[in-house]
Amino acid sequence: MNQRLLASGNEAMAMAALDCGVHLGVGYPGTPSSEILENFSALGGRAEWAPNEKCALEVGIGVAFANGRSLVTMKHVGVNVAADPLFTIAYSGTPGGLVLVSADDPGMASSQNEQDNRRYAIAAGVPMFEPADSQECYDFLIRAFEISEAYRRPVLFRVTMRVCHSKCILERRGRVEPRATRFDKDPKSNVMIPAYARIAHRKLRASLHELEALNEKGEFTKEIRKSNELGVITSGISFQHVRDAAPEASILKIGMTYPLPLETIRRFAGSVKRCVVVEEGDPVLEDAVKAAGIPVEGKAEMFRFGELNVNRVRKLLANDLTPEAQPPAGKPPQLCVGCPHRKSYEVLRDMNCIVSGDIGCYTLGVLPPFEAVDTCVCMGASITVGLGLRKALPEAEARRVVSVIGDSTFLHTGINGIVEMVYNRPATGHVVLILDNSTTAMTGLQEHPGTGRLLDHTPCPHPVSIEETLRGIGVDNVDVVDAVLDQEGFKELLKKRLASNDTSVIICRRPCILAAVKIKSYEENK
Amino acid sequence: MANVTNITVSGLGGQGVLKVTDILAEVLFRAGYDVKKSEVHGMSQRGGSVSSEVRFGDEVASPMVPEGESDFLVVLDPTQIEVNLHKLKQGGTLITTDDVPMDKLKSPKALNIMMLGALSDKFPAIGEELWLEVIKAFLPQKLHEMNIEMFRLGRKK
Repeated sequence: MNQRLLASGNEAMAMAALDCGVHLGVGYPGTPSSEILENFSALGGRAEWAPNEKCALEVGIGVAFANGRSLVTMKHVGVNVAADPLFTIAYSGTPGGLVLVSADDPGMASSQNEQDNRRYAIAAGVPMFEPADSQECYDFLIRAFEISEAYRRPVLFRVTMRVCHSKCILERRGRVEPRATRFDKDPKSNVMIPAYARIAHRKLRASLHELEALNEKGEFTKEIRKSNELGVITSGISFQHVRDAAPEASILKIGMTYPLPLETIRRFAGSVKRCVVVEEGDPVLEDAVKAAGIPVEGKAEMFRFGELNVNRVRKLLANDLTPEAQPPAGKPPQLCVGCPHRKSYEVLRDMNCIVSGDIGCYTLGVLPPFEAVDTCVCMGASITVGLGLRKALPEAEARRVVSVIGDSTFLHTGINGIVEMVYNRPATGHVVLILDNSTTAMTGLQEHPGTGRLLDHTPCPHPVSIEETLRGIGVDNVDVVDAVLDQEGFKELLKKRLASNDTSVIICRRPCILAAVKIKSYEENK
Repeated sequence: MANVTNITVSGLGGQGVLKVTDILAEVLFRAGYDVKKSEVHGMSQRGGSVSSEVRFGDEVASPMVPEGESDFLVVLDPTQIEVNLHKLKQGGTLITTDDVPMDKLKSPKALNIMMLGALSDKFPAIGEELWLEVIKAFLPQKLHEMNIEMFRLGRKK
């Protein structure tokens, strides 16, 4: 029976996954993607947090090799981590449905860059959907699984922050249970040695031609015929802004944006006097359409930055290049009052350390009153960037370098950095602080392999011990401290470790104040 | 799109801006309107500025209220008025903590619901029953009594 409700894009994707019989949802938390799996689990779906996105995609691939359906979710930068399996599974494909959700963040509401992951579809050769609202999140995701199986292709499901986090009315249909799984031995399809991969690459390109033909049939395009003066080609959330900004325009809205329905686009562009491509981020549609010899206008460079909105689309269509007024700055986010990281950062600031930082709440240590983060690149980079600094700087400077990383980030890609530290140790050794607040705080308090609980907060029988992992790899000194209870003791220990030539990790452990209450309730419900 | 009303709710992380706009959007949905709601998550729980937007009418396209086109601007924290005022359209309605009986507020956590009460007064077509039904659906039972009281206080200054 159909159900009509108000749902966010993330909720809609979770419902679609449940309703089309997804066997496993797997991902790594990251704004704006995190609520997809949380909702899927709450609805009764089987969902897991993997330690990182590469692991998540590979687990998802395994499910799909077993003829199951897997939904793999991550934020845009997570796809960089998962890119290695993505580019090869694009060749082989899987018998079961495999859909990778990439939740992009144009405007960087909560990210370190605004990369446009539509480029991945083109680079890897995987079909891509771009839903424009919750209804399309639902409808397209179900079709994405069907297409993944019919064409034996992984599908990239590219959403953006506004689609993930905006609520609108959704019509939900009936549900099917996950089907029985099985493994069919088929090494020529599933093992990418060069001899088989050469064949697979040809098959991939042929299959993209078939998908282009499917896309030309119009199932995923929406054409609104109005004026013959102005036509707009658009996709995703930009479609909604265009409807408000130019109600008089004819619109061709493309739902499956790779491979593109170029003949449909050619006909549309030929039917209007002026045809403009309106898209957020990189000129991906524009470049492809122009490369096909279709005369269209793109957007000015200034609109490449940040999110589009109704006002910006009005300006874009009017070729208005006057500088845009910056809205007044609100109050920036900060480390919570009572956050245990504060005590650690006070010490780093007072000791004038060079801090190689990482991705998480503790990145906020860059802001006043601490101003104690000096570099931040990507997940896990604190340790390895810190090692590079140690290797390049003169000794006195090198001794001031400290890498700071959180617990979830350490388990994500920090472990490899510790291996590097033990293997290629700098002359002055190195000091790593793991600010362990027992949760993945920044993205909304998700569990991770070290918390002792699974995605749904039920107990995990074998939590990963951070200190045992460090000792096992061969770090010289591993200490666990509480910088809130004993800030002076922490400071003395840090001084001692910085003065030595040892490899040292100090774990500053105290739960996030926001997580502490929740952790208590999970423990009570055990 | 024609006949669309725009509402922006602003405040600081932890004040329940997102929760109260969820309630608002659900009320409007149940009242039979097309509704879209938009917000920015993530870093908001770190105490920074938070805004959430609801648009409703016959048919809504963009989920984001165009700059300077909010018909109603509800601001939960006095420090956030100035930085959000540019969102209000000329002749639009600003609702601040001055518009509710702050001396009767029993918990700062219920300010969002008291302010919702003040906003609800602007939509006479929607009866009190529907507002209370959705408040109850969105809040745990132990908070119902106090929040309903705060809603009613906000509704009738």
